[in-house]
Amino acid sequence: MTSASPHGHGGAMRALPANHVTDELLAAYAAGTLSEAESLIVATHSALCPLCRDAIAAFEAVGANLLDEIEPEELSAGSLESVMAKLDDAADLPDNVVRHPSSKTAAAAAAEGFVLPEPLRSYVGGDLNDVVWRPVIRGLEEAELSVSGPEFNVRLIRVAAGAAMPQHSHYGSEYTLLLTGAYQDSSGRFARGDFQMADSDVDHQPTAEPGEPCVCLIVTDAPIKLTGPVGRLLNPFIRY
Amino acid sequence: MNNAVAQQDVNAEVARSLAAIAFIASDNEMTQEPVAKEPKRQDPLTPPELVALVHEIAERRCKESFQELFGFFAPRVKAYLMRLGSDMHQAEELVQEAMIMVWRKAASFDPAQAAVSTWVFTIARNKRIDAIRREKRPEIDLEDPALVPQPEALADGIVEQQQHARRLKEAISRLSAEQAKLIKMAYFADKAHGAIAEETGLPLGTVKSRLRLALGHLRKELKEESL
Repeated sequence: MTSASPHGHGGAMRALPANHVTDELLAAYAAGTLSEAESLIVATHSALCPLCRDAIAAFEAVGANLLDEIEPEELSAGSLESVMAKLDDAADLPDNVVRHPSSKTAAAAAAEGFVLPEPLRSYVGGDLNDVVWRPVIRGLEEAELSVSGPEFNVRLIRVAAGAAMPQHSHYGSEYTLLLTGAYQDSSGRFARGDFQMADSDVDHQPTAEPGEPCVCLIVTDAPIKLTGPVGRLLNPFIRY
Repeated sequence: MNNAVAQQDVNAEVARSLAAIAFIASDNEMTQEPVAKEPKRQDPLTPPELVALVHEIAERRCKESFQELFGFFAPRVKAYLMRLGSDMHQAEELVQEAMIMVWRKAASFDPAQAAVSTWVFTIARNKRIDAIRREKRPEIDLEDPALVPQPEALADGIVEQQQHARRLKEAISRLSAEQAKLIKMAYFADKAHGAIAEETGLPLGTVKSRLRLALGHLRKELKEESL
């Protein structure tokens, strides 16, 4: 179960992402104050990024330190007794921990192929092949994901190899996690696992590199704003 | 969402703000009113003592150890939940559930990964998200075959983990009063930075950049010595 099989094929060669989630988002994830949509993209980036997992662990430890210093709040009478009385029941129950027990064994066999890491895979209900794409414009498809909270739009997009996204800016924040392929914009090159944050100060035209379609997870809290000459005319028709 | 629920949300929001303000106000010196019942043990449990208790629970299902752990954590977890806006009743219920979770999951605690207090903090945090937000909680799955593993050289052992914890504590104690306050708000107020800005009277940009600075500082502190 250790070194040999799961990460065997080229696993050691997998490059670590170069563009990371910000400390504020990592700390808010650790504090448990992020929305579901933001948590999804932060956790999925971190599945691909041991450095950010480390940072989350450190920020969880910050929370624990605050807990150490907090002025304790006395419990109601009988609280301990009530918990003690439930321990034996609890011990008999199967451990109902949240982790998906299936992904260990069955999935380890099928592991070679997984493109989407957890928790994203659970939201998609499968791997990349299971995504049902909807065409948006030439070279661009999308698939919306269902996440609670009205304030965020969460979706996967697939940009054809070599295609350019319309030039756009943002009315709010846009978080992008790159999953396959690579793209470039004025700020640099982004490849698997890379995280990019854009807001109204950023006017960009991400362009997919040739070779492989570029799939990204995108979380936005407001529509984007097309800024190219043709795109401007399309603004009334876009939902994000 | 009906009106009653909406009203509840508003109330919860107000309670949260008040709790956050009260907490920050009571921040500096402890103006503790003498606690009536339950004379608390004076010396807090040390990290290795906590690890030993969890092992006792995991290996022997030792109820005395659990009781001691409960005495140490439950009042803190309750205070934490109330800072975040839970009322007495709800906080009490969640503390109990969290502590039962500690009992159940004791065997999965790994001292090379985290300190006991960090582990308990994450359990309480998750209970709160599950109960209060009623949202799904996207979580990193460390068993996921698609997870990119840590390069071998960076993997930590128990000793390293304890050193990390110590360094972090020192780093936190060296934060300026203002940085410490912002960090507390970020953890205990469940607020967007905008709301924090309103409460502190600082411009939003200032809140963001100071928070970023404080967090970056804590992180750097850990990184420099561990690499």
